Amino acid sequence: MVSGLINENPIVYERKERVRDVRTDSSNTNELSVDAIDQLEVFDILIAHHIRDIKDPEHPYSLEQLKVLTEDSVEVDDTKSHVRVTFTPTVEHCSMATIIGLCVRVKLMRSLPPRYKIDIRVAPGTHATEAAVNKQLNDKERVAAALENPNLVEMVDECLSPSFE
Amino acid sequence: MDLMEKNLELLEVQKLEGHNDRVWNVAWNPVSSSPSPILASCSGDNTVRIWEQSSLSRSWTCKTVLEETHTRTVRSCSWSPSGKLLASASFDGTTGIWEDLGDEFECISTLEGHENEVKSVSWNASGSYLATCSRDKSVWIWEVLGGNEYDCASVLNGHTQDVKMVQWHPTMDVLFSCSYDNTIKVWWSEDDDGDYQCVQTLDESSNGHSSTVWAISFNATGDKMVTCSDDLTLKIWMADISMMHSGEGYAPWTHLCTLSGYHDRTIFSTHWSSDDIIASGAGDDAIRLFVDSKHDSVNGPSYNLLLKKEKAHEMDINSVQWSPSKENRLLASASDDGMVKIWQLETKS
Repeated sequence: MVSGLINENPIVYERKERVRDVRTDSSNTNELSVDAIDQLEVFDILIAHHIRDIKDPEHPYSLEQLKVLTEDSVEVDDTKSHVRVTFTPTVEHCSMATIIGLCVRVKLMRSLPPRYKIDIRVAPGTHATEAAVNKQLNDKERVAAALENPNLVEMVDECLSPSFE
Repeated sequence: MDLMEKNLELLEVQKLEGHNDRVWNVAWNPVSSSPSPILASCSGDNTVRIWEQSSLSRSWTCKTVLEETHTRTVRSCSWSPSGKLLASASFDGTTGIWEDLGDEFECISTLEGHENEVKSVSWNASGSYLATCSRDKSVWIWEVLGGNEYDCASVLNGHTQDVKMVQWHPTMDVLFSCSYDNTIKVWWSEDDDGDYQCVQTLDESSNGHSSTVWAISFNATGDKMVTCSDDLTLKIWMADISMMHSGEGYAPWTHLCTLSGYHDRTIFSTHWSSDDIIASGAGDDAIRLFVDSKHDSVNGPSYNLLLKKEKAHEMDINSVQWSPSKENRLLASASDDGMVKIWQLETKS
């Protein structure tokens, strides 16, 4: 039976239980100071009820469960307000790669301060048209136009919506 | 006058607030200048705003908002050479033509035809032609007929990807376009019969860009142009246009120099001032100014960084444009932060 899915048999990994480190910075008592954002926090944004639970467009699993995103996916430099997320599509010819990348970008855009520069890419060697996908994912004008497309926005919102288990 | 000798700074004259989304482009009205320069800006909020400087208070206010026409982002806007018309290019696939009626602007025509988002619009030097370009990979040339009529004169195919900007040459009816396909194309009608063809493509083999080319700008005389790219460089090109003026046929553009190592994020906009200062606006929120070093070497001319204005905006800069005014060096900038800013280049006091 042909189901038509890009990846019919994804490998599903166990969802990690993460205990969030509560960081206390006793030297910083200024209420108005901006908290530095680090890798863990961005991963949390991405992962913990944020990207962690971004649903794969095709299956009822999260990107974390499919190991599309892991903690190592995220590189943050708060002083430069820069974050780079590298994700691994489950199959090399994944045509969902641009949707997944767009979901990751939207999630970050909605969660990080506006000063942040966001770069998204597929893990080198994991996609047949890596350069083309990366170029599209990082063309700001193309992303803006895509996000004015109601069908695409609906798909993205669906992937980003919390699943109540 | 050697600009490098002077101690110059870019001072913020005013911040223009009003748009409800990122501002993509700014355009100075070519005929208005002191005492009332006029600036247009367009935005992801689907509107165009017209800003005017009061001759009394010297402060800028929003004179009109051109709304309820475009249903999606307005990506760029351009004044006709007469200053009486404004064209607006939108993601909704249409290009609006607006007439300045004094108190307000009226949309007198809507150009349709592109299959998807229109990215840029440009008037030729005489105002007899308009050009538009789109993600549909094509460049359209429109003829300006009388009575608010516009006719599609040509559909130019050749780019293999999304076309980001079109720009007519400042003195000749030669059209330039730049694209996501990393190339710049030159379009010309040899017999001047309206039959435009691609006469040159500037790609990597011509020392061209290695990623999306976002903008093109010409110097005042039109014998040089600067292009900017996602490849983090600015490139200067030149052509022997006197050859074209004397009817000897097409004069090809050649690479003159590449400015690399100055930018670490995509350069979205560049503009060449009438007194030869090249401005760039980039994804690192900074404005940079470059000038010809005037030191001729074996390798040809080179350009120096005159100044870098860090954190000119709080987010990416999408557009930089020098005012046509000869009196002062005013620069307008537009950003993802929703602001338009007016700057003045001055000697430090």
